[in-house]
Amino acid sequence: MNGKSEVSEFFSKLYSENIVRIEEGSTPFLNSFRKEAFEKFNLLGVPTKKMESYKYTNLETWFRHDYQSYFIPDESHFQKAEDFRCDVTDLDAHGIVLMNGFYPTLNGKLRELPGGIIIGSLNEAARKYPHILEKHYGKYAKNDSDGLIHLNTAMVSDGVFIYVPGGAAPGKPVQVVNLVDSDQDTFNQHRNLIIVGENARCSVIICDHTLSPRRFLTNAVSEIYAGENSSFDLIRVQNEHNNACKITHTFIHQERNSHATSSIITLHGGLVRNNTYHRMDGEGAECNSYGLFLADKWQHVDNFVNVDHASPNCHSNQLFKGVLDDVSTGAFNGRIYVAPDAQGTIAYQKNNNILLTDEARMDTKPQLEIYADDVKCSHGATVGQLDNNALFYMQSRGIDKRQALLMLMFGFAHEVIQNIKVEALQERLDGLVMQRLKGELSQCASCLVKCG
Amino acid sequence: MEKDQDDIINDITSGEYKYGFFTDIETDKIPKGLNEDIVRLISEKKGEPEWLLEFRLKSYRHWLTKKMPDWANLKIPPIDFQEIIYYAAPKQRPSLESLDNIDPELKRTFDKLGIPLEEQKHLSGVAVDAVMDSVSVKTTFRETLAEMGIIFCSFSEAVREYPDLVRRYLGTVVPYTDNYFASLNSAVFSDGSFCYIPKGVRCPMELSTYFRINAANTGQFERTLLVADEESYVSYLEGCTAPMRDENQLHAAIVEIIAEKNAEVKYSTVQNWYPGDKNGRGGIFNFVTKRGICRGDNSKISWTQVETGSAITWKYPSCILRGDNSTGEFYSVAVTNNHQQADTGTKMIHIGKNTKSTIVSKGISAGQGQNSYRGLVKVLKNASNARNFSQCDSLLLGDKCGAHTFPYLEIDNQSAIVEHEATTSKIGEDQIFYCNQRGISTEDAIGLIVNGYAREVINKLPMEFAVEAQKLLQISLEGSVG
Amino acid sequence: MLSIKKLEAGINGKMILKGISLEVKAGEIHAIMGPNGSGKSTLAAVLAGRDVVEIRGGSVTYLGKDLLQMAPEDRSKEGIFLGFQYPIEIPGVSMVNFMKTAVNEHRKHKGLGPLSASDFLKLMREKKELVEIDSKLANRSVNEGFSGGEKKKNEIFQMAMLEPRLAILDETDSGLDIDALRIVANGVNRLKRPDNSAIVITHYQRLLDYIVPDVVHVLYDGRIVKTAGKELALELEEKGYDWIKKEVDNQN
Repeated sequence: MNGKSEVSEFFSKLYSENIVRIEEGSTPFLNSFRKEAFEKFNLLGVPTKKMESYKYTNLETWFRHDYQSYFIPDESHFQKAEDFRCDVTDLDAHGIVLMNGFYPTLNGKLRELPGGIIIGSLNEAARKYPHILEKHYGKYAKNDSDGLIHLNTAMVSDGVFIYVPGGAAPGKPVQVVNLVDSDQDTFNQHRNLIIVGENARCSVIICDHTLSPRRFLTNAVSEIYAGENSSFDLIRVQNEHNNACKITHTFIHQERNSHATSSIITLHGGLVRNNTYHRMDGEGAECNSYGLFLADKWQHVDNFVNVDHASPNCHSNQLFKGVLDDVSTGAFNGRIYVAPDAQGTIAYQKNNNILLTDEARMDTKPQLEIYADDVKCSHGATVGQLDNNALFYMQSRGIDKRQALLMLMFGFAHEVIQNIKVEALQERLDGLVMQRLKGELSQCASCLVKCG
Repeated sequence: MEKDQDDIINDITSGEYKYGFFTDIETDKIPKGLNEDIVRLISEKKGEPEWLLEFRLKSYRHWLTKKMPDWANLKIPPIDFQEIIYYAAPKQRPSLESLDNIDPELKRTFDKLGIPLEEQKHLSGVAVDAVMDSVSVKTTFRETLAEMGIIFCSFSEAVREYPDLVRRYLGTVVPYTDNYFASLNSAVFSDGSFCYIPKGVRCPMELSTYFRINAANTGQFERTLLVADEESYVSYLEGCTAPMRDENQLHAAIVEIIAEKNAEVKYSTVQNWYPGDKNGRGGIFNFVTKRGICRGDNSKISWTQVETGSAITWKYPSCILRGDNSTGEFYSVAVTNNHQQADTGTKMIHIGKNTKSTIVSKGISAGQGQNSYRGLVKVLKNASNARNFSQCDSLLLGDKCGAHTFPYLEIDNQSAIVEHEATTSKIGEDQIFYCNQRGISTEDAIGLIVNGYAREVINKLPMEFAVEAQKLLQISLEGSVG
Repeated sequence: MLSIKKLEAGINGKMILKGISLEVKAGEIHAIMGPNGSGKSTLAAVLAGRDVVEIRGGSVTYLGKDLLQMAPEDRSKEGIFLGFQYPIEIPGVSMVNFMKTAVNEHRKHKGLGPLSASDFLKLMREKKELVEIDSKLANRSVNEGFSGGEKKKNEIFQMAMLEPRLAILDETDSGLDIDALRIVANGVNRLKRPDNSAIVITHYQRLLDYIVPDVVHVLYDGRIVKTAGKELALELEEKGYDWIKKEVDNQN
């Protein structure tokens, strides 16, 4: 029996054994998507290295593991979620905590803010506002090759819902803290839906943390709609332990003249795979996609980015950087797609990586696919070491070599961090990166787990 | 103004293919189709030794187990391998001793192509092996070269006269299992060129193979094997044309290059197979495996290609940099016009220490052409201080064409420095205007700009062919600009 | 202060400096002139400790110590400053952070504690005025996106911050317009003290209108072929380098 069918069979069994339980805890709206999605997953399976887009990342060992799966919220962990306090104290934000993918309060699952803004549990929103979800849920997370998106749709129970109606703005960022905590190896899936209406603006910070030293696998899907002339900002800070595998699929759909930015900062994680799909569906849209990862030990970080210029006169910019230490491995898959007739496109993509040891390895695959002619597109990728000329320049000013190397690495990373517009967070991330580079952050921040 | 420019582009890109004539010459063909008997028949026709027949059969059996590759960014119509004739030879009198014995019709054909078979008439300093359909027709300057110990002859003769050399190197760079088309070629290859440069010899003239597909419904499967022994140097050029036909014809060749210690090989291709007509009918399917190995320290292999022809091109001339301090280079200009498709690029595999590679790829898309660069730079764990620089640019002429870039960088050594850059842009309207303002017509301006854009690559060609390539670029873009 | 004896050095196996001897005393300004490719920048690189240059022979003594044995940062802390011909861009590292680190390293070397943030900023402001540098530059990454003139001014600004005993200015005048040249030269002059020295490397005489040298050397083909007072610079300006080349070539 080959690996794929073994894994598929495992999930078939899991699905059929638990579907009743999942559906009971869920809403008719979310349930209406499950069957078809599971059929699609069955067809596609878990991605393997044979797939071009997963060429450099092996998920198999993570999916072959026997996890305790959470299909209904385990309330015994809710207190921990209540007690969790973000240690970025200057960060003024609307806070939401997800525990193992669930909204961990029994009451007040949806909060209403001035201007008609709603934030809270996706499951609850599906119950209360199916007419809003109907227009967006499942409309952007479209992909015919990655089975994991469909697996999420088939089995997901909860996640975060953010609704910012036309012209509104929450005033401060919404911070979502994803906690994973269990005394058993756990597989969890959650789903976020963020709707930013016409002329609205919204900034979302997602922080991933693990609180216990078990083996965790997370498969998360986020769908984001940015309406005409809106502005959306997503900052994701990944800080999980080395026994955790995190797979994210983020779909950002943009209308005319909208602006969207995604920044992913990966500080820790056993295996991290981020799939970010930008689609600019209206003229004059602009998007930025940033990423930074620092990997050591046997960590593996893979960023997959697809920027789809579906309309004319859109601008996009990608900047992804990686620093690889010890025996860590990294990958970058970036694609710019310019549709026929998407004239006036300007698209840039840059991927720079630094290998600190001979055992570290980086594979990068920047791609351009262009079907229109009035375009300015470029990409560049480098794998190498720190700039020797810069090192000498710094030494010639009296800075010792170790310090100079550290500053150069920090500078390398800061080029990504500096794009984060939430000041308190930018400072905090700069600090974390510096600590991480000095080797002082050998485990995830605010984590008491000694997982090595 | 806008409209005018469109028209001019159209005019420039709809130029006619010059080499589309057909030579009516009696041809010795075998029945169409492919099976073990056909493989045996080809081998028998060529009077081959047993070991070579075994090689062919092994390859054929392996081919049967493989599927046609589908990963390239190409739309390839299904190919019926049973409809192809795998061996066709122009009939001529048996002896090739003197030029007088060559069929005058054949001679006229090559004259028309600008490849005279008489040595005295030929471009000075270029030795030619002329191949029509499945066999080598004539190799010039053999004796002059032989005096220096250089072997330059058709592949079939090499099998007869230097079986040990052929056996030692055949399939060592491109094994018969390498890919679908390499397996096919290894089973049915008909002829090609063989070249051996002995130790310490700098080949005094350009060596060249000229390929011509003539007969209908035939495939061309030639094989080139080029060995540069220690401290030697050779510059090699291949050119190719085919008649205009409405049906597609298959060309699946293999080129293997071996460079020993301190040897240098320069391999240049001006590829001008029939690209099909304006509506995408006919044209050659060009599925070629070209690879060189820098076996010895300080050796160097440099590929230069100007690709203007073929309906579909699938081709990745590559370098395996095994020797320490060895160097690989790839310079390419690929033009796709009308309905042409190209998926081409290179692989640079860094194995030895201090190895260097350079990739310069210039794609030009016009009409509805689709042009993809696909390249791999791989630095293995022990390849310390490897350096690579890649520059892949695409130029777009017209709004129906496409330009794509698919680089793969796989780096497993900390001391490597690998840089890839690519840009895609439309031909500069301000540049055209600047030329117009100086009195240059838009059509000429485009010619100038395109040639300027490709110059970095064309400069790498031997002089005589650089001029040819420049003209070819202009012709293949005739009728295309806006 | 600085004593170079029979220095021979090369890059990638090619000999560039073919036996250079030079004495610089405290308080002196030396100009080193010469045609392109004569080895001027290589000499500067050797003094600052660039490791791409291979030392083949000779010695360099600085304040009684063997300079060639010292790491580049130690040379800096001992008071050697190189004004780069092509200042290096360091993306992501801000000027403030860069300079603060350097200044505090120098202070540590002298047994002083680090400057407080406010003292440091005060110092920066003070020195910035000296070279008329735009204060916005301080918040940008080191040299990134600076114009040619800004980069050169930035070199002099750093020199002012670090107060070297021996400043080596490698073609600091190249690519400067006349106003920038005046600013740069003024900066250098105002930093001049009786106990510090400078080596000014230049191709043209015009910088020496502003920074008046005590001694002028002509470097040609890796050797110092002529040494004289400041009037030599004027002679070179008038006659070019050809006559010196001829003189040397005739001797050989």
